[in-house]
Amino acid sequence: MIHVVLPPHLRTLARVDGETELEVKTPVTQRSVLDALEAKYPMLRGTIRDHVTQLRRPMVRFFACGEDLSHEPPDAPLPDAIAKGSEPFVIIGAIAGG
Amino acid sequence: MSKVRVLVGTRKGAFILTSDGVRKRWKVSGPHFAGWEIYHMKGSAVNPDRIYASQTSGWFGQIIQRSDDGGKKWNTPGSSPEELKSPDGMSKGESNKFVYDTSPETGKPLTTHQWYDGTQHPWEFKRVWHLEPSLQDPDHVYAGVEDAALFESKDGGKSWHELAGLRGSDTGPKWQPGAGGMCLHTILLDASNPNRISIAISAAGTFRTDDGGKTWKPINRGLHSQFLPDPTAEVGHCVHRIAFHPSRPNTLFMQKHWDVMRSDNGGDSWQEVSGNLPTDFGFPIDVHAHEPETIYVVPIKSDSEHYPLKGRLRVYRSRAGGNEWEALTKGLPQRNCYVNVLRDAMSVDSLEPCGIYFGTTGGQVYASADSGDSWKAIVHDLPAVLSVEVQTLP
Repeated sequence: MIHVVLPPHLRTLARVDGETELEVKTPVTQRSVLDALEAKYPMLRGTIRDHVTQLRRPMVRFFACGEDLSHEPPDAPLPDAIAKGSEPFVIIGAIAGG
Repeated sequence: MSKVRVLVGTRKGAFILTSDGVRKRWKVSGPHFAGWEIYHMKGSAVNPDRIYASQTSGWFGQIIQRSDDGGKKWNTPGSSPEELKSPDGMSKGESNKFVYDTSPETGKPLTTHQWYDGTQHPWEFKRVWHLEPSLQDPDHVYAGVEDAALFESKDGGKSWHELAGLRGSDTGPKWQPGAGGMCLHTILLDASNPNRISIAISAAGTFRTDDGGKTWKPINRGLHSQFLPDPTAEVGHCVHRIAFHPSRPNTLFMQKHWDVMRSDNGGDSWQEVSGNLPTDFGFPIDVHAHEPETIYVVPIKSDSEHYPLKGRLRVYRSRAGGNEWEALTKGLPQRNCYVNVLRDAMSVDSLEPCGIYFGTTGGQVYASADSGDSWKAIVHDLPAVLSVEVQTLP
């Protein structure tokens, strides 16, 4: 199982508490994780990546294993620890403002 | 006894204020969708417990919410478990999907509009500013969006389609964003003629369709905007708000960037009715529920100083359809008040006497239960108010 941590606003929107667990087909990539996430929680479509272009929204970031993976290609394999479920894939709203 | 429900959209969530017909004691519920910008909420005239809400965020984009019980419970239409899967197994929840029509049959794609620096810029969807439920069917609702376009849903908000004839009109490349963005913020539906819709865009102007949205024409003759190279141009005017009385759909009132205007022929031509207003800059304009010639505006000092003149918050009322205005001050702060009242933040109920409501960027929602003669704040300390809509319930 893949563990995904959503930002608080999206947890409220999807009506989930804490981490989300997903079955994700291999290879485990940003795209396959987000596909599975949006299939389980359709109300999240368009909130993390654009409906049409599928590009990450500018003020959303993807962290995993202490690294910022936001600029990695969407089809690049995620770290093994994510694929094995020992570390979460973290989606955050970028800090902006002051 | 009748009841009143006031739907308040703010920078940090939605609030619902309810009272009986006396309109003295109010219950406040909220924040709903805490932390999100709620640009607008509006209930169906056919089924008042059906309410649509535009929930938006610079981080996470556009969400459409719908309530079928008067605002107690909400859902994102198109995302319930029974709607999850299409025959091919894919999710089909798409209530938040606003995609400009570029099809050769109906899209007639216009790929650009005028940008702040005068260059051409592609249309980019940002948010829904205004939701206008149809007067006939609670599942049919229109959405005015930024960048300016008109969408509609005929399935209760599950899916949205652009009425592309508006954006596809040949004036599109001359439209330009105002300071708040290039937004379609007003949608007027004519109860006597379902094929007639009038809309307003900042800064493009006012447009009308008489064939249900297939074709549109600019209706800006008589407007004069000094910020334009041609002050009387066909389009490019920064119209802040238009309003009408449902019984007189041919008489339109307009608060422009500067100037309060009036049309008596459905917008084909306009005359200025600013009259004795101390300043004719402002955002909202609305019409009394029972007196079609009684209108309300909130004069604001200028386009660079978005607050009332001399720190005195005053609604101005004309009982003559414009030109002759009186200041309404009783109960409103008359010193040190430097809030703004945004374009969608004024509404009326249909009780007798008519109730008038408006919200401020300082978080107050003021109500008058006597057509504006006196005012009282229902709430004092909400986040900045973006929109106010009122439902009069049996």
